[in-house]
Amino acid sequence: MEKMTRVSTINGRTMFCHLDAPANAISVCRDATQVVVAGRNIFKIYGLEEDGFVERLNLRVGRKPSLNFSCADVMWHQMEENLLATAATNGAVVTWNLSRPCRNKQEQLFTEHKRTVNKVCFHPTEVNMLLSGSQDGFMKCFDLRKKESVSTFSGQSESVRDVQFSMKDYFTFAASFENGNVQLWDIRRPDRYERMFTAHTGPVFCCDWHPEDRGWLATGGRDKMVKVWDMSTNRVKEIYCVQTFASVARVKWRPERRYHLATCSMMVDHNIYVWDVRRPFIPFATFEEHKDVTTGIVWRHQHDPYFLLSGSKDSTLYQHMFKDASRPVDRANPEGLCFGLFGDLAFAAKESLMSAPASAGDVGRKTYPGGDRRYPIFFFKKPDVTEQFAQVSSALSVFESEADSSAGMDWFINTAQSYLLSGKPFAELCEHNAHVAKSLNRPQESTTWTMLRIMFSEPANPSLSTNHNLNKSGNLPLVNSFSMKEMSGALNERNKENRQDNIHSLETNLNNNDENEETEGSEGQAEYLFVDDELDDDELYSMEHDNQPAEESEYLLPQEAFPLRHEIMDHPSAPEPLQEKQESPHVSGSEAESMCLTPMESFSLISVSQQLFSPHLPPKFFCPIVKEMLCYYAEQGDVQMAVSVLIVLGDRIRKEIDELMQEHWYMSYIDLLQRFELWNVSNEVIKLSTCGAIMCLNQASTTLHINCSNCKRPMSNKGWICDRCHQCASVCAVCHHVVKGLFVWCQGCSHGGHLEHVMEWLKQSKHCPAGCGHLCEYT
Amino acid sequence: MNGTAGICNHCRNTIREKEKMSRHISTGPSSFIPENEIIGAMPLSDSTVMLLDEEFSGRMDNLTQVMGLHPHYLQAFLRCHYYLLRMDGPLPLHYRHYIAIMAAARHQCSTLVCHHVQEFEQIGVCSDWLRGLEFCPQRLRNLNEINKILAHRPWLITKQHIQALVKTGEHSWSLAELVHAVVLLAHFHALASFVFGSGVNPDPEVTEVNGVTGDLCPPVMKGLCTCHLTNSNQANGNPNTGSELEALMERMKRLLEEREDDDASEEEMFTRFEKEKKESLLVVSAGFDEEVVPPSPVARFVDDPSFGYQDFARHGEDNPPTFKAQDYSWEDHGFSLVNRLYSDIGHLLDDKFRTACDLTYYNMASHEGVDTSMLRRALFNYVHCMYGIRYDDYDYGEVNQLLERSLKVYIKTVTCYPERTTCRMYESYWHQFRHSEKVHVNLLLMEARMQAELLYALRAITHYMT
Repeated sequence: MEKMTRVSTINGRTMFCHLDAPANAISVCRDATQVVVAGRNIFKIYGLEEDGFVERLNLRVGRKPSLNFSCADVMWHQMEENLLATAATNGAVVTWNLSRPCRNKQEQLFTEHKRTVNKVCFHPTEVNMLLSGSQDGFMKCFDLRKKESVSTFSGQSESVRDVQFSMKDYFTFAASFENGNVQLWDIRRPDRYERMFTAHTGPVFCCDWHPEDRGWLATGGRDKMVKVWDMSTNRVKEIYCVQTFASVARVKWRPERRYHLATCSMMVDHNIYVWDVRRPFIPFATFEEHKDVTTGIVWRHQHDPYFLLSGSKDSTLYQHMFKDASRPVDRANPEGLCFGLFGDLAFAAKESLMSAPASAGDVGRKTYPGGDRRYPIFFFKKPDVTEQFAQVSSALSVFESEADSSAGMDWFINTAQSYLLSGKPFAELCEHNAHVAKSLNRPQESTTWTMLRIMFSEPANPSLSTNHNLNKSGNLPLVNSFSMKEMSGALNERNKENRQDNIHSLETNLNNNDENEETEGSEGQAEYLFVDDELDDDELYSMEHDNQPAEESEYLLPQEAFPLRHEIMDHPSAPEPLQEKQESPHVSGSEAESMCLTPMESFSLISVSQQLFSPHLPPKFFCPIVKEMLCYYAEQGDVQMAVSVLIVLGDRIRKEIDELMQEHWYMSYIDLLQRFELWNVSNEVIKLSTCGAIMCLNQASTTLHINCSNCKRPMSNKGWICDRCHQCASVCAVCHHVVKGLFVWCQGCSHGGHLEHVMEWLKQSKHCPAGCGHLCEYT
Repeated sequence: MNGTAGICNHCRNTIREKEKMSRHISTGPSSFIPENEIIGAMPLSDSTVMLLDEEFSGRMDNLTQVMGLHPHYLQAFLRCHYYLLRMDGPLPLHYRHYIAIMAAARHQCSTLVCHHVQEFEQIGVCSDWLRGLEFCPQRLRNLNEINKILAHRPWLITKQHIQALVKTGEHSWSLAELVHAVVLLAHFHALASFVFGSGVNPDPEVTEVNGVTGDLCPPVMKGLCTCHLTNSNQANGNPNTGSELEALMERMKRLLEEREDDDASEEEMFTRFEKEKKESLLVVSAGFDEEVVPPSPVARFVDDPSFGYQDFARHGEDNPPTFKAQDYSWEDHGFSLVNRLYSDIGHLLDDKFRTACDLTYYNMASHEGVDTSMLRRALFNYVHCMYGIRYDDYDYGEVNQLLERSLKVYIKTVTCYPERTTCRMYESYWHQFRHSEKVHVNLLLMEARMQAELLYALRAITHYMT
């Protein structure tokens, strides 16, 4: 009854006043008529009138205010209305008595802490008992009738961030620490804590006992979590966990609302949130008035849930009315929709909306009833009448696409795997890719590849154009009269000739490689390019590049088995020029030249060829169209096509397209490939890309850690002998020789050896070749 | 590099002769510390070895060897270092190394510059950036301003600087990228302090590289003094210093006792801080002149080379307000911001700071079982004091009691203008202490400096965000 009358006396509205300085903490007196604000440069008492704050008293007196006034925390005694305590940043604990007749209200000064005091707390029922927690790792209990502390509690040199007396248990208090622990102490036993548990990773900034539920403690930490712990059982149990948006500086249970608590954050986020702990994903209410971080929150009256006071670094003091709070849930989208990787569709919505019977069209629909059971929110069957925050449960439906439907992404995977991006002459690549697209029933892409081949292939037979002047003048009477189609036919024939030469040379090259180099870890293809690079180094790069790839590769990745790949990434030369160079390096030189023609030259070229009505247009001519086409594909969402063309065309088109745009395409494509777990393809794309940012991607985390099979310690990566036990680490269990190359081992017993030896062995025997008795399996 | 300016005449001559005679003035990882002190003193944990393998393919560079005197710290350091440079982060790899080069170049630390030039070349993109700042993109050049401020006068950084970087349209930085860059800058400024403070020698193989690196890395670190080659252990023979250690221990004990009944007034405490701050102005390394550094090969990465250190508190000027550590601390504020924008780095930095601050062997020179926390805190807070960061709960009188003048000279040189550090300074304090203890001092200085820079930079970012 008393409670009712009291509540009715509190009136007010959302209001604020400017302080002179940022506030660090606030506290209200028991009858909810006055509030004290404390900070580094402020220590004032304001009266709470119906239409505003009124300054009642400035406690910062004296000519040169001492650091004792620089408060980290303040608390108003809940029994004795004239008594206040502050925690000073210099380590002092000060009590103030408002009934003192003089201007200086300071009563007692305790300077026992060596570091900043983070928190002071009066006992809720005992008038003379004060507790403090400090950065120096100690908590001290003071009797205000004495000059010194009565007892000291040691937190083992971990800084204390918060101390709170239990509301219900007379002797208990909780302390939270910078290392993430929370301790429970009995005030009578300073030698040892009663209980300790790790509540958060990183500092626990605050804790608050539930005003009614005896064992409930809410803690907030730097890890952005608010957790509610139940202490009444033998084992401390986490019963609720709310993930907020920033590190939690203060947490305060809302009076008269069992599941509500208010939080504010220490950094970045300035709002005050009121959460229903049963609904941890969305705040029940937010107060968004402050312009800088909120440093102190307190409910105005301990039995009134509608008034919240807050102080902030922006030097304002606010009274928030609950009816003026914004309710994020009203703005939240109640439905969720998400596409799966393989064309599946998941849809979540309120259960009431989903109850319609499944119609015939719902093929492959699966319903997951009830939603997620992990959160006890679903167990509250009968909502309280007074409950304002309606509990919601949603139903989740998943629509699975049929295996062979067009929505599937099979075409993507197939295309990615079958496309050739390098390693063959340009025309062949195009032709191959056109075939792939056609076989996958994608005629448009197929045509595009064919067109590209026609546009960018060198129409002249290399054997004809021994003199590149001929080429440049555009004087090609032979092809003049051909129609486009015929020309392409002719082209094909010539290309075939070419290709044969080409294949031949390729083979010889490969053979050479096999003889010359260890082939470990690299494909023949790559080597082909590499060797070529070396051979034609001078012709190719003397014009534009001044770095020397061969030398560079020697020290770039000295330990790795893949120097060749690295090499290629640096110089993404299209394979096509190499092809012709085998026969006449002179021509290829000219070609390289024509590729980097100055705009002037190319302009004149175009005009010449137009004059002659030659179907042979310089590759540059098509660039704008191709660029447009690439953009079109990318816009359509087929970034695969865009990137593939980009890679195959290489230098022909690269300069035409904005670097950032290219990077964007590459990133998207690589991301897609990796989602489909097409690691090889994605790596190939990275390797062939020409953007700096992309090429870096596969140079991170390139290390494999190996532990010695004998002593189980990490191997230094030199040779095959372990430094520690001086034994050969990777010995084949079958032939007892050191394995250099492919090593296969059983994941069960970690014995293994040469791939072929182990394969043979396991054909005959089921047991491990090392004789350890393990039944190894080779699949 | 005009390192010779700060060296005694004797050494100057020695250097001249040496330069004529040989390419290397000193062997071993450090030119201050005898080689045998460092090698073999390292029982490293497996995970550290693993990290080292990744970083250096098993072979340790000189910096790591010197730092390896404190294996526990080394582990925390390498984890952080590795994460900053190699793991997932907002900035592309080559940017990171370029920023490292820019930061180290501010202190003309050719050891670090060369190392990262090499790393940059290995990545193999944009190698023309190495020709100098004017060849790198505008976006990176925009960092010059905060680079120089953070390196020399971090208290000047304001939210306008941040705004200029984040809101410049085409060349703008995202906040995450900026935080990554800021952490890199602070990390490498501080690392330069360590390199000079401990006299870490350049790695031999770096000097063998041809091409761009060749002219960047002079084979000899001319800036380093070679005193110890000629007069090593001379100081230890000095009879006056025998009681020095005992005196220091005595003072520590007295302070501990006094603390109980020390009731210095607030004003007293305040003046003590101010006094320490003011006095730090007077602590200037001898023979140092304000002349502009002559161009060195590193200079191509430096913009506005004349911008150097200036004392935080200058006489008769409008000083910037003191930074109150309680209002913006690493644990509460810095961490949250960093971790929000660049995930996980907060934990690594936190771990590194903690390891550095808590590291102790309970030894002081020949004495064992000593609680050195007071000394460590004095070192840490003195660095912050020079940067104008004040702890309300610290009595700056302790600094005066514990840190002798020659040590203060050393601290100031190493943190504020490390390129002027000489072996003479290194040897002039704490004669009886082991080298590993002096390296420990350097670790503390490095971390304190890094934290100070980070605090100023992050505070500016916070102000920008609010």
